[in-house]
Amino acid sequence: MPAPDRSLEKPPMHIVICIKQVPDSAQIRVHPVTNTIMRQGVPTIINPYDLFALEEALRLRDAYGGEVTVLTMGPPMAEDALRKALGYGADRAVLLTDRYFAGSDTLATSFALSQAIAKVGETFGTPDLVFTGKQTIDGDTAQVGPGIAKRLGLLQLTYVAKIPSIDLAAGEIKVERRSEGGTQMLKSRLPCLITMLEGTNEIRRGSIHDALCAARSEVLKWSAADAGIEDLTKCGLRGSPTVVKRVFAPPARAEKAALIDTAEKALRDVADELITAIFTRQPALEHELAFNGGA
Amino acid sequence: MSTANRETPRPAAGRAGIKKELPAHFKDYRHVWVFIELERGQVHPVSFELLGEGRKLADKLQVQLAGVVLGPPGEAVGNAVAEAFAYGADLVYIAEAPLLADYRNEPFTKAMTDLVDTHKPEILLLGATTLGRDLAGSVATTLQTGLTADCTELDVDTDSSLAATRPTFGGSLLCTIYTLNFRPQMATVRPRVMPMPQRTDKPVGRVIRHKLSLAEDEIATKVLGFLPDNQSAKANLAYADVVVAGGLGLGAAENLQLVKNLARAIGAEHGCSRPLVQKSWMPADRQIGQTGKTIRPKLYIAAGISGAVQHRVGVEGADLIVAINTDPNAPIFDFAHLGIVTDAIRFLPALTEAFTRRLSPHSRDKLAS
Repeated sequence: MPAPDRSLEKPPMHIVICIKQVPDSAQIRVHPVTNTIMRQGVPTIINPYDLFALEEALRLRDAYGGEVTVLTMGPPMAEDALRKALGYGADRAVLLTDRYFAGSDTLATSFALSQAIAKVGETFGTPDLVFTGKQTIDGDTAQVGPGIAKRLGLLQLTYVAKIPSIDLAAGEIKVERRSEGGTQMLKSRLPCLITMLEGTNEIRRGSIHDALCAARSEVLKWSAADAGIEDLTKCGLRGSPTVVKRVFAPPARAEKAALIDTAEKALRDVADELITAIFTRQPALEHELAFNGGA
Repeated sequence: MSTANRETPRPAAGRAGIKKELPAHFKDYRHVWVFIELERGQVHPVSFELLGEGRKLADKLQVQLAGVVLGPPGEAVGNAVAEAFAYGADLVYIAEAPLLADYRNEPFTKAMTDLVDTHKPEILLLGATTLGRDLAGSVATTLQTGLTADCTELDVDTDSSLAATRPTFGGSLLCTIYTLNFRPQMATVRPRVMPMPQRTDKPVGRVIRHKLSLAEDEIATKVLGFLPDNQSAKANLAYADVVVAGGLGLGAAENLQLVKNLARAIGAEHGCSRPLVQKSWMPADRQIGQTGKTIRPKLYIAAGISGAVQHRVGVEGADLIVAINTDPNAPIFDFAHLGIVTDAIRFLPALTEAFTRRLSPHSRDKLAS
């Protein structure tokens, strides 16, 4: 029997998703004297925005077939985040970890990640889609996704709320993305980079099968050299055009709030007193509120 | 801003303390630019707020302030140019082309990077809107320069470099960031973080046109349609004059109705703190704080909100902050102007009732007489 002609067949879809391990910001404390972050004992999580991108990647794989590779850059402990992603059902995990990456700003981070994605592509198949979250909860810059897209020459679709269809054969994708004051419907080409908007889906509960696979599968650990990075001057502190010169706590306001006494008073009287205090400080407001209000 | 896992923040560590001389090819980069965000015929107000900040920077540097308008040929670009001058620009760069009608990353990135390469600004400011953030990331990577997102303060250092301050570590601290040895120095600022400058009618000044060398068939991404947000459902928190918001102290999702009732009685927008969005008690577009909306109302009433730093940076621009919280030690009392230590669930109905009484036409007549 002749072998099927594979040259006409599109290989299965390959999706790369970049995630970041972040400290759980709800539990961050600042040292009162040194003003530094007290990281000891602060649990780490997968950046919550990345979970929407991960779920979308898994959903597309389930719908269209293919594989999901999850990639992160970080210290060795970031392996935990990758194991969690495997537990949700990702097929493969790569940890990019090297002291040369320390102190990277967004430009250096996008350089390292784009090189690693190129290497993932060489090794496991060129990705059709690269996903990132909208932004991280610790940096909040939303710059690394666009940076990766530009460096890899991928089309960039940010703040995507929905992916109604993908036509792998034609290399076409339709998305709905958030823009100021509305939703933009776009048609674009694969391969592309998508940053996923929050609240668009809900991360699945990983199956027992996925949990077992996650426990058994190996997380690939790549150094800069493993990722094929030759130009180390573009990495870490050296490759970062921005420099943090000063970190400080927001200055305290000189005076605290003037408290309105509530002791032994009816709530009605306290409310009247508050309104008088508001209008004393902002006299123009009384007219505006009367005009605006439902009265 | 560092996004890799950097350990403890060390001020002036390593390279930060050393100021190398700016490479020769960056020395002729001069003047301050503000991207005038024009979408569907409207200039986003954040562009005017940035012109106000840009004016201060340009004056300190003794250079010119320029607006950059990208859009389709027609009236809208003309209006945007006129407004840029009215809000303080000394000159305006324009790229006009039909393919700039709707925002798409490819043509806008090309137009902006071409303009920068040709005219060489030292500082480029953009609004941290969905459009501005999409564009800024691409432009900075193309130009291989530094970009500082969501700045809350911009200043010029003694050596003429841009000092961009922004919240860091989830809004628990602030940091000041410099772009050493690269130009332009790029920064984004979120809407309402900077005050709206005074508008003064001025004649249109010097306009420099740029011809975009890009054809529609070179752009892979096509716009299929646009669905505007439902106006009645749309929160206009950022530009509201009066805002009432609720926090975890309200105890249960249904108590948010008390916040909405007060807001309706005084014609305010309602919002909430971050934990309520995480609990799905309110949609994300109602979130107030560093990762939500920044507000600058004349009156802000915070009910049951403790006042974490990330909330504080989103409301500090309010003229008058009123805090209602059961905990007298809640950080919100450190930056509120008026405070009541009481249970918001009980107090909000009383306050709504008192406002309604005070603002009713009957009592207004009495006031007038």
